[in-house]
Amino acid sequence: MEILGNLYIAVGILIGLCALGPAIGFGLLGGKFLESAARQPELAPQLQVKMFIVAGLIDAIAMIGVAIALYMLFVLGAQ
Amino acid sequence: MASGGEQTISGYIQHHLTNATVGEGFWTFHVDTLAWSIGLGILFLGLFRSVAKTATTGVPGKLQAFVEIVVEFVDDTVKSTFHGKSNVIAPLALTIFVWVLLMNLMDLIPVDFLPWIAGQVGYYAFGVDPHDVYMKVVPTTDVNMTFALSIGVFILMIFYSIKIKGFGGFMKELYAHPFNTPWLYWFNFILELVALLAKPLSLSLRLFGNLYAGELIFILIAATIGIWQLPVHFIWAAFHLLVIPLQAFIFMMLTIVYLSMAHEDH
Repeated sequence: MEILGNLYIAVGILIGLCALGPAIGFGLLGGKFLESAARQPELAPQLQVKMFIVAGLIDAIAMIGVAIALYMLFVLGAQ
Repeated sequence: MASGGEQTISGYIQHHLTNATVGEGFWTFHVDTLAWSIGLGILFLGLFRSVAKTATTGVPGKLQAFVEIVVEFVDDTVKSTFHGKSNVIAPLALTIFVWVLLMNLMDLIPVDFLPWIAGQVGYYAFGVDPHDVYMKVVPTTDVNMTFALSIGVFILMIFYSIKIKGFGGFMKELYAHPFNTPWLYWFNFILELVALLAKPLSLSLRLFGNLYAGELIFILIAATIGIWQLPVHFIWAAFHLLVIPLQAFIFMMLTIVYLSMAHEDH
């Protein structure tokens, strides 16, 4: 890997963007969950399980981006 | 790990990110992934089988109670999510959940501990320089492992789709949804093909990404901050403790959902 400056910039953009989307997603998800738990407290346990399922799905996108970025940084850009 | 010679931080990290390989080209085998995953699988099967054989209907012991909790949890999840008839789903879900959970739990073992032992064994028993002994103890940080699991699930999905709906019915689902006019069959097919292929890809990369990032952060903490790594390791391990069962649960859940979709017959 000859041009390391570009590599670092690429990794920075990748991780930044991959953090932005899921963060907003989690915020919306958590907000909706709190609203509906406040409306119908008896459904809160069920909704919590479903919330974790959706949270795991959103997390996938963040994590795939992070894994690729860290791979690029340490394996491709090793020196 | 400062045994002899130049050890740079980058070299340390690289050393911990390399699998023990045998062979080359297409026939490279990551023996550490294979050994740990098969070993954990045998542990899980042996443990659950021994509990099942000696199960009592009287007051259960702690181990039996624990196994019963796990089995009941998986059973409830399958009952609420799977809308079909199958003998295979619940054992499959149980296997996926417990096996992936055990493999993920290997991530909590201190980074240098098992590779150091392997290095010492290599040195004293085989005369190999400890620096040449590579071992990654978490099988799910290997892309090959997670893809093996998800390709298995994908094959089951297609098999059950064709079995329940027939080959014609399966293809019809691919080209006749969402627009049911012959003019748009090609368009439907492209969309549905992408959706079909996205399932195993996302399933495996989700698990891989989460675990690889977690392990890499453990390695980074171990490599870069000296004595302060002890509290920081603890904090990250506490956070990772949430991710480990969550990812196993999501893998199991999505397997059940995909197979339920494969079983539905309009």
